[in-house]
Amino acid sequence: MAGLSTSPMVSAMGLTKAYKRAVALRGVDLEVGAGEVVGLLGPNGAGKSTLTKLLCGLVKADGGTATIGGAPAGSTRARSQVGYLAELFRFPGWATAEEVLATHQRLTHRPSPDPAAERRALLTEVGLAHAGATRVEAMSKGMQQRLGLAQAMIGAPKVLLLDEPTSALDPAGRHTVREVLARARDRGTAVLLNTHLLGEVELLADRVVLIDAGKVVAHGAVADLTAVHGVTIETDEGRTDHRDISRDGIPALVKRLIRDGRSIYAVEPHRSTLEDLYLDLVGDRESDR
Amino acid sequence: MSDVLVIARLALQEAVRRRVLTVVGILTLLSGALYLVGCVSLKHNSTSIIDSEVIKPIVPATLLGLASFATLFLGSVLSVFLTASAVRGDADRGLVQPLVVRPVGRNAYLGGRALAAAVVSGGYVLVVSLFATILTRVMFDNLPPSAWSVIPRLLAGVLVVTAVTLVVSCMLSTVATGISVLMAYGAGLIAGLLGEIGKSLGAHTLARIAEIVSWALPFEAMYRDALQRLSPSGPLGELVQLGPLGGADSGGVGLWVFTAAYIVGCGLLASWRFGRSDL
Repeated sequence: MAGLSTSPMVSAMGLTKAYKRAVALRGVDLEVGAGEVVGLLGPNGAGKSTLTKLLCGLVKADGGTATIGGAPAGSTRARSQVGYLAELFRFPGWATAEEVLATHQRLTHRPSPDPAAERRALLTEVGLAHAGATRVEAMSKGMQQRLGLAQAMIGAPKVLLLDEPTSALDPAGRHTVREVLARARDRGTAVLLNTHLLGEVELLADRVVLIDAGKVVAHGAVADLTAVHGVTIETDEGRTDHRDISRDGIPALVKRLIRDGRSIYAVEPHRSTLEDLYLDLVGDRESDR
Repeated sequence: MSDVLVIARLALQEAVRRRVLTVVGILTLLSGALYLVGCVSLKHNSTSIIDSEVIKPIVPATLLGLASFATLFLGSVLSVFLTASAVRGDADRGLVQPLVVRPVGRNAYLGGRALAAAVVSGGYVLVVSLFATILTRVMFDNLPPSAWSVIPRLLAGVLVVTAVTLVVSCMLSTVATGISVLMAYGAGLIAGLLGEIGKSLGAHTLARIAEIVSWALPFEAMYRDALQRLSPSGPLGELVQLGPLGGADSGGVGLWVFTAAYIVGCGLLASWRFGRSDL
């Protein structure tokens, strides 16, 4: 089970899905707790978008179970708790940002006491305070993606399912999204963040689920997955890599070297990155496809 | 505001903002002007014929028959263009997904799209039919006794086209939906014409095929029923029965029941198909 929380807002067990002969999911387990950001990583075609769509009811599972806030995924009660941003989405080009949000406010079934104020607050939060009257067709792709994020957050949903929310954004836009999601987490929102951007996940996610070929191949807290493995020590005899040593073993190694008469000039623990983990487990799989 | 109305409003806003309704309005005014010119010309150039007691009832009936054909055709084209992208086409463009993940649900989405198309195309048929009927009455001081009953039949016909388009849009892309429904529409009208030819020649198989097609696509049966309402009695009435692309033929109460069931069936089929689609 790719999860830690005791009462998860998002729960999936043994999810399977095939599109005719193409198998997208092969028994995926996943949990996201309230106030937790989980990064969903994997190569193209791994099944990430299928999993996200399945959780919000756009795709029907062939097997397994999924729940949102205790309600079956895709049910009206589940959908009323979800904010979703699709990877490929479009709003009517003739509509203004305000009109897009107003339409979705009417459809959320979570009425706001002051809808206009909510729209203004959301547009401000995603950096579009000036663009309320701008038509979608006049917006850049990045502005549309920010509007998509604002749309997903209408009615303060308990669960945010975000499929590549930063793919069209510049660095400033990504920073804004990170801040928005961090605030959502602080409010207790469960966030499933499907992305290719490992740096984003390292900066934001509490846990990571790595999926490949429809299966979870690694999961855990970011700190655990990027823990120290190995150390480079510079002595009077030069620099030496000790690859198989854990963080806890480093002091004993240094003591032994000193006991052996070495002079220690530098101790540099190796901290693996998510990219290292990703490349170890998945490699350049896309080029093989 | 209910979810269905929110979706319908969105579709109507699209039609207004994209100037679909403006273009339709302008073209309809031009068509109406042409119809007026035709009526005036006929009245002034054929006074002696029109004043004949035998011919007198035929003229407005024939003109209204032509107007009914044009009204149903244009209303159907409007409905097809408003509905063809409703499901698969808009889903392929990513417009549907943000809406149906809301608690609104897929049936409400379908209902909203159908309502918008029905309001626009039905409203179009209603306005144009009323205009044609009133103008004909004013110009010739005479109408077939059942002329007003043509309007609900044309309305039912265009609702059938809307329902069929909605079903097909759940399965095919926008262009494929538009082409297939308009081809089916044309096939229905051609079958009506062939049926009349079959009747005239005594070719019962041809007439039988036409009858089956008109019930399989009941907009055609409704159109033939509408022509029947315009047909005067007597031998000269045969002229009106041979309306453009389809002859007059009464469907009776059974046609109304069948058409209502057909539209509901299309709605259920669309709901079932859309409900099990992966988006």
